[in-house]
Amino acid sequence: MAGAYLPIILLLAIAVCFGLGSLVFSSLIGQKKLSAVKLQPYECGCEPVGSAQERFSIKFYLIAMLFILFDIECVFLYPWAVLFKRLGVFGIMEMGAFMLILFVGYIYIWKKGALEWE
Amino acid sequence: METLFFLIVAAIAVICSLMVVTNKNPINSALSLIMTFFCLATLYVMLEAPFMAAIQVIVYAGAIMVLIVFVIMLLNIKSEAGRRTSHALFMGISVGLLLLVQTWYLLVKSSLSSVRGTVDSAMISKVGHTELIGKSLFTDFLLPFEITSILLLVAIVGAVVLSKKKL
Repeated sequence: MAGAYLPIILLLAIAVCFGLGSLVFSSLIGQKKLSAVKLQPYECGCEPVGSAQERFSIKFYLIAMLFILFDIECVFLYPWAVLFKRLGVFGIMEMGAFMLILFVGYIYIWKKGALEWE
Repeated sequence: METLFFLIVAAIAVICSLMVVTNKNPINSALSLIMTFFCLATLYVMLEAPFMAAIQVIVYAGAIMVLIVFVIMLLNIKSEAGRRTSHALFMGISVGLLLLVQTWYLLVKSSLSSVRGTVDSAMISKVGHTELIGKSLFTDFLLPFEITSILLLVAIVGAVVLSKKKL
């Protein structure tokens, strides 16, 4: 039981150690010559303009909504993939019907231009 | 060993949930909520439900949290952060107490009786949790599964209709 989760625990441990280690080591052995420009928030090399806490466009929200819906579609694929061989042709047909209905939705958002960033 | 592990995870879950409520900055609350979701996923693993744990991380800690963070970005948090509503503490405590009394009443006064299901620990370790869910989802509950796709389709259309300015 516990042995099966050892890889995940190791992965999480390495992830945490990498994140913490990068911060701790760079603060311990890095040089600290601070200046006003260096302490600015990093913005991909551009000059930062205004506050970060402004209102964002509703377009982000639409993308997030569509992401959740297709994420849930993917969740149903996991148990289907596990049982793929046992379900046989019937399994392909029922998942095909499921995907077809969602493909209609995909065509809809494509035609309505919801994926375009105007 | 397992009890100790459970206590540690449960303590982290409770502390992170408290941080969700007490943090002034909504983004910090959202980050604490992610940690709470991961603790819940760990509890699902301990309940021998690894598929639920994976969904908890994929759907909740992944997708739903993106949506929550975008909602925080959509609202103008600069004007909202730091402002306190006047009766929040009183209302929160009274609703919490009411729920506690309700739960206590249900547990003490009523007789919770039900038929025991066929799935137990031995069956899960023999067949596998994801296989069990998949088998019932794709054979016994085939119609609800297909209806889910229509529900998702309605949600897709709804999202586009609500947030698109000109269709």
